[in-house]
Amino acid sequence: MVRNAMTGPELSSTVRLMLNGAPQELTVDNRTTLLDLLRDRLDHTGTKKGCDHGQCGACTVLIDGRRANSCLLLAVAVDGREVTTVEGLEDDEPHPMQAAFLAHDAFQCGYCTPGQICSAIGMLDELAEGWPSAVTAGPVHLDDAEIRERMSGNLCRCAAYPNIVAAIREVAGGD
Amino acid sequence: MREFSYARARDVDAAVSLVADNPGARYLGGGTNLVDLMKLGIERPELLVDVTGLPLDEVVDDGGRLRIGALVRNSDLAAHPLVRERYPVLSQAVLNGASGQLRNVATTGGNLVQRTRCGYFTDPTMPCNKRMPGSGCPAIEGEHHNLAILGASDHCVATHPSDLAVALSALDARVGVQDLAGPHELPLEDLYRPVGDRPDLELTVRDGALLTGVSLPPLPAGTRTGYRKVRERASYAFAIGAVAAVLVVADGMVSDVRIALGAVASHPWRARIAERELRGGPATAEAFEAAAVAELDAARPLRDNAYKVPLTRDLVVAVLTELAR
Repeated sequence: MVRNAMTGPELSSTVRLMLNGAPQELTVDNRTTLLDLLRDRLDHTGTKKGCDHGQCGACTVLIDGRRANSCLLLAVAVDGREVTTVEGLEDDEPHPMQAAFLAHDAFQCGYCTPGQICSAIGMLDELAEGWPSAVTAGPVHLDDAEIRERMSGNLCRCAAYPNIVAAIREVAGGD
Repeated sequence: MREFSYARARDVDAAVSLVADNPGARYLGGGTNLVDLMKLGIERPELLVDVTGLPLDEVVDDGGRLRIGALVRNSDLAAHPLVRERYPVLSQAVLNGASGQLRNVATTGGNLVQRTRCGYFTDPTMPCNKRMPGSGCPAIEGEHHNLAILGASDHCVATHPSDLAVALSALDARVGVQDLAGPHELPLEDLYRPVGDRPDLELTVRDGALLTGVSLPPLPAGTRTGYRKVRERASYAFAIGAVAAVLVVADGMVSDVRIALGAVASHPWRARIAERELRGGPATAEAFEAAAVAELDAARPLRDNAYKVPLTRDLVVAVLTELAR
């Protein structure tokens, strides 16, 4: 129901979603992005707000396992979905991608890191599905050019790119 | 952001009547362009009708035509086996656009109806004939190095940033639309209005029309297709020049050719003049260049974007030469 004769247009909605395996239900102003919902309402501040316009990738989360910019998703539009943030990757031990970022010193200030890590995990799943890229149409050898293309939606202003690429290459089992 | 109400569409008919009855309503697909523009206060809908639950998310073979639902995500389109096998140019074009995160969310239909835009359009503090009709176009004297060289007007020189649409144009795509009068189809080229003196009006379809899908005719055996994009960094940037081409060569002669140009106009630019020049003639680099030059004769570059004329010419020659090899 969009309009109610008594109260006028409904400007808020009830959203139910699974956040890192835990059910959440809350009423949100329709203007709320998933990013703001996570940070301001659900105290999940691991996901970072960089540009807030889908250009930097700092807000990358996994929606039903797929990477997406949470700053461009309205919270109402992810009703019923499974959201995984950087806080949901650990299972007692750090996720292998988190461990590899530590081992390779794949960050300086760390602001882009949660988005980089979520994006890298989503990217490797896409690779396992056989998805092509602008670099390689056929069977993919995950070399540095391939990693850089597939990770181009994540910017790092400290330019830790060489170490980010090395960390991802290690997790992917490449050379 | 302006406050808005939100509804999920139950079916296509309900979605269309909800939006057609409310001038302040907009469809919400992936939202990667719309939500961005809402944050900037440029799009100010009163009501968003979320269509992502509608059954328009499949790619199917329909007696040789490929039908692509409007809600097929960019990443699924690029990875689809039938697309990769039959229309590699489409997969390549999609993969050359945006980022992995955006392609996972953005839809086929949304890509086609994203706003034609420039830096002045997305800056609410500046005049812009597209955003505020009659306020002027600062781009013509200002920052326009990546704006239009073909089909622009004194009112607007913005470009359509899609890669996908350029490939669809070269593939003779038809677009399925539903409005209150029912479903109908039109060639992709007819979806976009010439800029003229109303750059705020971008599409030919009536208000409230829902783009439901795209269909592609089969390509004859022996057809080769290709997409090439030039940009100012290696990835995740809009084109400064792009060419999608479909070429059939028999005995050294061009038996069929279709060329679409990106980053040059307010919509994908179908190079009909070049195609006419080439059909039935020799498939040589000299012929390709002459055809590209003939097409670009209509170019009216601005102070800082004249480089696009030779760039686009060279791209056409390079892509066709590669396909003819």
